[in-house]
Amino acid sequence: MIQIVTTISVWLIPCIILVILLTAVWRKIPAYEEFVEGGKEGLKMSISLLPFLLGMMVAISILRSSGALDAFIGLLQPFLEKVGFPAEITPLALIRPISGTAALSVTSEMIELYGPDSFLGRLASTMQGSTDTTLYILTVYFGAVGIKKMGDALKVGLIADFIGIIVSVIVVSWMFL
Amino acid sequence: MINLIWVLMAAIGIVYAMFNGTMEQVNKSLFDGANEAVTLVIALTSVLVFWLGMMRIAEKAGLLKGLSKLFRPLVVRLFPEIPADHPAMGYILANFSANLFGLGNAATPMGIKAMEEMKKLSNSSTVSNSMITFLVINTSSITLVPTTVIAIRMEYGSHSPTEIVGSTLIATLATTITAILVDRLFQKRREKKLS
Repeated sequence: MIQIVTTISVWLIPCIILVILLTAVWRKIPAYEEFVEGGKEGLKMSISLLPFLLGMMVAISILRSSGALDAFIGLLQPFLEKVGFPAEITPLALIRPISGTAALSVTSEMIELYGPDSFLGRLASTMQGSTDTTLYILTVYFGAVGIKKMGDALKVGLIADFIGIIVSVIVVSWMFL
Repeated sequence: MINLIWVLMAAIGIVYAMFNGTMEQVNKSLFDGANEAVTLVIALTSVLVFWLGMMRIAEKAGLLKGLSKLFRPLVVRLFPEIPADHPAMGYILANFSANLFGLGNAATPMGIKAMEEMKKLSNSSTVSNSMITFLVINTSSITLVPTTVIAIRMEYGSHSPTEIVGSTLIATLATTITAILVDRLFQKRREKKLS
């Protein structure tokens, strides 16, 4: 199953490109000119994206490097333990929606420390894989089209993350314990 | 809300560093964070230029319209504000399919394009219902195979690196469904406020 999906993933992009190009020729569309026009749009987007992303990433890195994020996690930990949430996973759960790179390094550390086939290793893997970095996604997508107010998107995204964390713990306990 | 969160993250960090004696690290992190963002944007630029170029050809060739017609019954309920043959629908579908196969690189440009089309549709600079639905599905990430995690598990000598695929899929599905439900709830609340 995994083999099939990886093969599909490798073949998919070149095949999609081929289909697009051949269809363009068939429909008599100036493919190269259209490509350049579309590419220009991409360039404009990434330039407008930079200030959004830079501002967000600097704020996150201040929060992390000062030690405030770790302190906040330490503060929450005893409470979470009381409701039966595995204490070791708290840092990952709290960082996952905020910073993708930080979450990835926490996941690697946990897998290294507890072993990939331990309960905590599996839980970290599931948590890392089952959700994306909410703050990053919202920053990129809203930033690229120049919308400054996110409305309810952030709230809904964070609520979904919270549910995802709980579901991960339940599913991994149920499947592997 | 985002303004408050942004200021709080930075302000709390700086104030905490005053008492924690980590001012030096904070200074360094200012430039590290900025550098990281520039590196990321450069990486994004290459995929954005390439994929938006490709997708423009696809759009002109009528492929996006075809794609949206094909999956129309599936997504039309999720995005009632978007006309079924609108290009936004095509980009949304392209983004979802790329995510499903773990092609994050291709997914982002198409997602951004979808956002742009939705912005054109709503004709305002504020967020629309379909945008929120779209993003919330994106943040809960629907991936068949979490490749990065599998790679890390392999690196640390797992006996079965892929055994977490099942649990990840269940967790992802549950998160996505909750996200959609919560989104609808908030949408109703917004409508009530308006009327």
